[in-house]
This record gives sequence, structure tokens and C-alpha cells, in this order.
Amino acid sequence: MLDKNGIAKRIAKEVKDGYYVNLGIGIPTLVANFVRDDIEVEFQSENGVLGMGPFPFEGDEDADIINAGKQTITTLPGASFFDSAMSFSMIRGKHVDLTILGAMEVAENGDIANWKIPGRMVKGMGGAMDLVASAENIIVAMMHTNKRGESKLLKRCSLPLTGVGCVKKVVTNLAVLEVTKKGFKLLERAPGVSVEDIKNATEGHLEIGDNIPEMDI
Amino acid sequence: MINKKVANVKSALEGVKDDMTFMFGGFGLSGIPENSIAELVKKNIKGLTCISNNAGVDDFGLGLLLQQKQVKKMISSYVGENDEFERQMLSGELDVELIPQGTLAERCRAAQAGFPAVYTPAGYGTEVAEGKETREFDGKMYVLEHAFKADFSFVKAWKGDAAGNLIFKGTARNFNPNMCGAAKITVAEVEELVPVGELNPNEIHIPGIFVQRIFQGELYEKRIEQRTVRQR
Repeated sequence: MLDKNGIAKRIAKEVKDGYYVNLGIGIPTLVANFVRDDIEVEFQSENGVLGMGPFPFEGDEDADIINAGKQTITTLPGASFFDSAMSFSMIRGKHVDLTILGAMEVAENGDIANWKIPGRMVKGMGGAMDLVASAENIIVAMMHTNKRGESKLLKRCSLPLTGVGCVKKVVTNLAVLEVTKKGFKLLERAPGVSVEDIKNATEGHLEIGDNIPEMDI
Repeated sequence: MINKKVANVKSALEGVKDDMTFMFGGFGLSGIPENSIAELVKKNIKGLTCISNNAGVDDFGLGLLLQQKQVKKMISSYVGENDEFERQMLSGELDVELIPQGTLAERCRAAQAGFPAVYTPAGYGTEVAEGKETREFDGKMYVLEHAFKADFSFVKAWKGDAAGNLIFKGTARNFNPNMCGAAKITVAEVEELVPVGELNPNEIHIPGIFVQRIFQGELYEKRIEQRTVRQR
């Protein structure tokens, strides 16, 4: 089974040379730590920066340079700043190659819910609805089950939707799955996790071929 | 040169009244119009509709207006860092319209640019699109979102001049440029009000035509929400 860093490490393998990538808050943010350093990738943050670098050294923090999680960051050579409308032109106009975000629920038809639990938690969607409505390549990073042990990979989402039929791939602590017309297709198992474990933790329809390989991370 | 300079925040906010609709620049606490917000708190006008990506934190930013119950309605994309906000929203005291962040930016920009509405794919098939016109273009569904109508927009820039020209710094830019000229009156506060002619026309982000009043801001706190660092 993977921890959050393990999930991020596996997703980092999906990041290819020349990609502009938008990372959501939470596990997706960790992906930047594991991207191979022999490829050129630029990270976009929807609050208005392209070419994000690591956190600043202590004492170098600047209130005017933050990421979408409101964390202080730095920029790399070649970086640029821009306004919110232009930022979403990059996203809506499909100029960003890969979007990685977290979720509360994903359904076998590619629907995603991650912004609201009616009556309990209402933080808002931020940029997530724009991202999932336009990105061609969306990977969801999340734990396979919630804190109560219930599956987060469902037949249908029960929470208010963020987007419909948009998720292409899901990487969890247990597995890598592709969203197909037939439901969740199991591609890889996490180290030490059996197909049976994944079946038990998945409520949505699971397509299981022969010989599901263990992740190579 | 048409002079937009006003003496202070008090003159800049002349004409604000109860029940008006305001836009506020800023992302989290970065690039928020601290001086204008402080003056609105002092004036204690009520029944406001506020268009802003976030709602501040409990004791800073728009959170200060919420504490005094000056806000009737918030239009935002993300309101996660404010307990008082969440309390007022869940109890029904505060009317909240949550909309996608790109839609928020574009509804400002549409108002600035003279478009009555724009089609966006964001939110199609979700509760955000309920009751709104939808239309198919090239096999994909879009939602019609209307330009905002606001009385004042309050923005904050790094540098500006009396002509109303503005330059922003870093990610403090965010929604600020999109809100300039998107309301009947745009009030810009700047960290440095420089003599006219000093700003390079090639480097101006927002031309003064979009700004009606500009003033030198004071005592910027520029609070950091999440101080993240690495070891040397």
C-alpha cells in the first residue's frame, strides 16, 4: 500500500517532457517533488504563475508570491505572472497539458465530486470546475477509501458534482485505474496489494484483466 | 493627463452606501485592497454584496466586514479559511453564491470589456449550471454566464501614477486587473504612487482609462496565510 508520497511518486511518472502541469492542493502538490530532473516541465498555479519553483528559504518568503494553496513559493528562471482571466485562458483554452487534482468521490463514468458536502462542509470549488471541464488529461490523486473505510470509487457520485465524465485516470494508495466506457479498468496494483484487496475497496464496476502488474516506483 | 489622484482613502470611497455591490481584488490575502477594506469597516455600511474570490480570514481581509455583519451576499469561488463565514453561511444569515474561479474572473472581464455574457464549459452538468442557459458548440456543452454589475471595484496595485496607470507585483496581481473598469467606479490603492512619467508605458499592466480614483495606500500588513519554507 502507498502513502501520500507514494501516490505522488507514481503520478510523477505520468509527467512528460515539455508538459505544462496544473497541480491541485494536497497530494497533487507533492508530485512536483518526484518529477525526473532530466525533463523540462513547467508548473502552473491558477492564481497567476507559470514556472513555479520550490518553497523559499526561511527569511525569503514574499506575501506577493504564493501558489493556489496560499503557500509562499519561489519562481524559476523563465517564470511569468499573469491575471486570473489569463490564467483560466490557459486552462479553458487547453494550453495546460495535464491536470492533477484530489477528489472526495470518482464515479465509473468519470464524474468527479470534490467541492461540497451539503450541510457540513462548503469550501467552494475554486478552480476545480474550470480545470475538469476543459482539461483533456485529468489524473485524480486520492486515497481509495474514506476515513470510514468506504470506497471513493463509486458507481455514481453521491456528493454534488464538480464535473461530468471528465476523469481519465485515478491513482490511489492501492491501484492505478483508467476510466473507460466499461468502468474502472485496473492497470496496476500498489506494492503488497492484491487484486482481491482492490476489488473489496472498489464499489464501482472494476474491469480486471489477466496479470495485473505491481507498480514500478 | 487626466488626474485620477485623490488625497486619501476617505475621498476615494466617497459615495459608497448601504446595499451596494462591490468587487474586491485579491487571492487569499495576497493583493487585497487593505486600505479600502479598513475604511469600509470604519464606515460600517450594511447590506453589501461582495464579489471576491475568497472571503478573507476571521480577523483580516473581508473577514473584517463579515465580523460586523456588513455583508448580505458573497459571490466567491473558495471560502475555506474563514470560520465565521462558514458559520454565517450554514446558519443562513449570509447568502452565498459559489461559482468556478475562471467563471468569476471572466464575469469581471466581461463587465470590463462590454460583453453581456460569456459561454463557459465550467460547471456544466453540476448545480452551478442549474437554471442557466446552456448551448452546444462543436459537440460540447457550455453554460451562459452573465457579466457582473457592480457599483465599485476596489483593487490594489504595486505602483501607480496620477493618470491611474497600474503595475502589479507577483501573484498579488490575480483578479485586480480584471476588476478594473468592471464597476461604475474603480478605486485603486497602490503601494507606491509615483510621479507621472516615471512608469514606462511599455510596462503598464492596466491603463488609467479603467481607473477613476487612485490613492497612496498606507501601512500594508501583507499578511501571509501559509508560510512555507525549505531549509538552507
